[in-house]
Amino acid sequence: MIVYLNGKAYEAKPEETVLQLALRNGIYIPHLCYHEKTGKAAKCRACVVEVEGIPGLKTSCNLPVRDGMVVSSKSEKVLQAQRMVVDLALSSGQHDCLSCEQNGNCELQDAAYYLGIERPSFQLYDNDYEVDDSSEFIRVDRSRCISCGRCVEACNKTVVNEVINFGNRGFDTKIVFDNDLPMGTSTCVQCGECMQICPVGCIIDKRSIGSGRNWEFEKVETVCPYCGVGCRLEVHVDRKNGKIIRVNGVEDSPTNNGMLCVKGRFGFDFVNSEERLTTPLIKENGKFREAEWDEAIALVASKFSEIKKEFGSDAIAGLASAKVTNEENFAFQKFIRREVGTNNVDHCARL
Amino acid sequence: MKFYRSHVLIAIDDNSLKAGVKKIESLLRAKLDKNNLSEEINVLETGGLGYFGTGVSMTVYPEQITYANLKEEDINDIVEEHFLKGRVVSRLVLNSTITKKYNFNYKNRVVLENSGIIDPENIEEYIGVGGYEAWEKVLTQMKPSEVVDEVKASGLRGRGGAGFPAGVKWSFTAPIEAKQKYVVVNADEGEPGTFKDRLIMEGDPHKLLEGIMIAAYAVGATKSYIYIRGEYKLCIHRLEVAIKQANEYGILGKNIFSSGFDHEIEIKIGAGAYVCGEETALIESMEGNRGTPRYKPPFPGVEGAWHKPTVVNNVETIANVPAIIKNGADWYNTIGVEGCRGTKVYTMMGDLKLPGLCETEMGTSLRTIIDEYGGGMKDGKQFKAALVGGAAGVFLPNEMLDVKMDFNSLKEYSAVLGSGAILVMNEDVDIVDILWSIIRFFRHESCGKCNPCSNGNPVLYKLIDKIRKGKGKEADLDMMIKVSEVMNKTSFCALGQSPYMPIKSAIDNFRDDFLKRMK
Ligand SMILES: Cc1cc2nc3c(=O)[nH]c(=O)nc-3n(C[C@H](O)[C@H](O)[C@H](O)COP(=O)(O)O)c2cc1C
Ligand code: SF4
Ligand code: SF4
Ligand code: SF4
Ligand code: SF4
Ligand code: FES
Repeated sequence: MIVYLNGKAYEAKPEETVLQLALRNGIYIPHLCYHEKTGKAAKCRACVVEVEGIPGLKTSCNLPVRDGMVVSSKSEKVLQAQRMVVDLALSSGQHDCLSCEQNGNCELQDAAYYLGIERPSFQLYDNDYEVDDSSEFIRVDRSRCISCGRCVEACNKTVVNEVINFGNRGFDTKIVFDNDLPMGTSTCVQCGECMQICPVGCIIDKRSIGSGRNWEFEKVETVCPYCGVGCRLEVHVDRKNGKIIRVNGVEDSPTNNGMLCVKGRFGFDFVNSEERLTTPLIKENGKFREAEWDEAIALVASKFSEIKKEFGSDAIAGLASAKVTNEENFAFQKFIRREVGTNNVDHCARL
Repeated sequence: MKFYRSHVLIAIDDNSLKAGVKKIESLLRAKLDKNNLSEEINVLETGGLGYFGTGVSMTVYPEQITYANLKEEDINDIVEEHFLKGRVVSRLVLNSTITKKYNFNYKNRVVLENSGIIDPENIEEYIGVGGYEAWEKVLTQMKPSEVVDEVKASGLRGRGGAGFPAGVKWSFTAPIEAKQKYVVVNADEGEPGTFKDRLIMEGDPHKLLEGIMIAAYAVGATKSYIYIRGEYKLCIHRLEVAIKQANEYGILGKNIFSSGFDHEIEIKIGAGAYVCGEETALIESMEGNRGTPRYKPPFPGVEGAWHKPTVVNNVETIANVPAIIKNGADWYNTIGVEGCRGTKVYTMMGDLKLPGLCETEMGTSLRTIIDEYGGGMKDGKQFKAALVGGAAGVFLPNEMLDVKMDFNSLKEYSAVLGSGAILVMNEDVDIVDILWSIIRFFRHESCGKCNPCSNGNPVLYKLIDKIRKGKGKEADLDMMIKVSEVMNKTSFCALGQSPYMPIKSAIDNFRDDFLKRMK
């Protein structure tokens, strides 16, 4: 199927929308509410395009492709409308990018940049929302919310925690947690899905505030150390200071599709903790002393052998950690069964 | 049937209730009793008589004398003078032009033919004037597809604002195989200045029920809902009474007239959001969700309430159906104009001699409606503008008074028939003030779903408020047009698309009013 976009022919997939076709081919059309995970919402109206044979403008995020369709996303008429629409979104809040955590990583900013909007034409913001700092890991600053609805969709449909919805009407529409409770006292489980999917700086990671700009960090992909699900993480690392700044889920990962739980997303403070063990410890006369790995392993091996000789293999049991990988768990049970010689092996996730 | 010398019809509607009609009615009955007249004079409650702002009013038949603005102390005079001595109490009579209008008015009526004539809370009166004959005809003589074809052939177009042909809408839903289908009557009537549906439901609730049943039979729905504004207490009461009576008479319910067709009608009460009159937001609200519009397609006719095929029609649309079925599409095609058949109910307000309600043929000129039904301009003032179609309507100046009132003719003036509200303004009215209140309305009613409407309306409000306070510049007018035009092109639903029409027509036709505020 061929679709003509801004005068060029593209091969389109039958199920996709005009916006998806454009993005797949590296053509930017401003879009603030659409996200591949939460799908089309048709709320922001920034993605409007012109289609030959259809009067008026159409939102491309919910416009199915048709063979031979002729679409323009760059005509003056389209750009003018997009500019006003994005201008209105900018005017609705307090978008002083200078100190915003999302600066440089903000989809509203990207749209404004693309359309050449230097500053909002109107000053509408007068809600004086207080910043909601009530929860452990997440800050909510509604003055930057553009009511795109992604967080609502994400919380209800993606992670199915059913905490966020919209409250009030019209210009006063705002996101609310449960029946308009502070996030910290609501039923929110701090999974952070809403935070990751928010296109602007409204729902943000509290602990990374002020630690640097998004572009300063190296993005390292790894597997979550906590449990056997093996969610893929994108760890934002500040190399200069040797620190992890924040953790995101990897969006197209087959295990977690961008989602994480509170531990995987926020539970990384152990990495730089003072209390973290960095060498094995051996207890002597009721007191721990630091030891080398070889010494520690030799000690454990000799103790196990003693127990096995004196009381038999079944006097030993092995309990594996959920924080290790399947391969490590496999090796562990092999060790208990074959080297120790007992079937007393289990896993903490079964408790 | 008992014979009475006179019948007194007392209008019981929201307005008269506020004016204390119940007290006056009981006084009247007591007084008649006392004079041994209750066997001669029959007092009947009926719906609105079609005037607005006339307080408690009643019409005495056969003389056809209408008394208006009645107070408790007037009852004595009426009974003693009129009923005992046969002398009309002229000081209480609605002026003679009004009575003329009243006669004129009834000739053309289809949906309001019984309003103000029968007792809306008595099914026998409705049956007595030929009610439910169409329903019987449908059940005993017609196949559902024939009903759809008849309505299609009648050319009936939706009266909720958009003017979509009703028969065509039904023909999408009728052939769908589904376990459950619904008919939903849109009685939300949120358009400012519109109260035609209220008067239809107050005056003749059974006509609406009959229309619903015919529609339901045509599309194969076994359940219908009437989604009604919560403020319409009297309508709700009368519909409840009517549904109960229809059930008792076996006109509604299981296996109606042994036809094997079952039908149930339920009333759903709205919570007062304008946007919930938009059919998909209405469905969301009915389902118990936030009242915001859904994306179309799928259209409700295919996937509506609880994702089942659902026909949504306005009250007035449905109220036309019984007459079409009873008299046939050919008859209906003799009324109105090509492409726009039947009558239209208007609510006329503003600086008219006789603000109120009228029903007249589609294609009647605005001038005729204002002069003949509205009684012309009040206090000898000059006409300045008419806002036609409610808040989402268009300001028409003097030069456009001869426009024919139907969907197609108005389109030529970039105007809309909308809900049929006509606000007439005289030379003293400042369009800036009217536009200000319209924009304030939209700002308040925007549902917040989409960005251009929820943020555009506050922008428009700031601009018009600035102009109204004398702080505006000419560039603000251009900005209002620019913003509302983008809202018109990009908003999710017709609410956000609407402010452009009143703004553009106000600024184009009455620019001087705006400039005057800028000196
Ligand atoms: C903001 C908005 C408000 C509306 N309000 C009403 C209403 O109060 N009553 C109504 O019948 N239609 C209303 N409509 C139109 C309905 O969406 C729908 O078109 C109509 O109920 C269909 O019935 P009809 O075809 O019989 O006209 C409204 C539409 C919009 C966009
Ligand atoms: S949310 Fe985006 S546009 Fe708003 S202040 Fe932050 S970076 Fe700027
Ligand atoms: S953190 Fe998770 S549970 Fe809490 S509001 Fe966001 S998405 Fe919902
Ligand atoms: S908080 Fe973010 S994701 Fe949620 S509606 Fe506002 S801008 Fe969208
Ligand atoms: S146009 Fe207005 S009323 Fe309609 S969906 Fe958008 S915000 Fe809601
Ligand atoms: S991306 Fe299309 S409307 Fe928001």
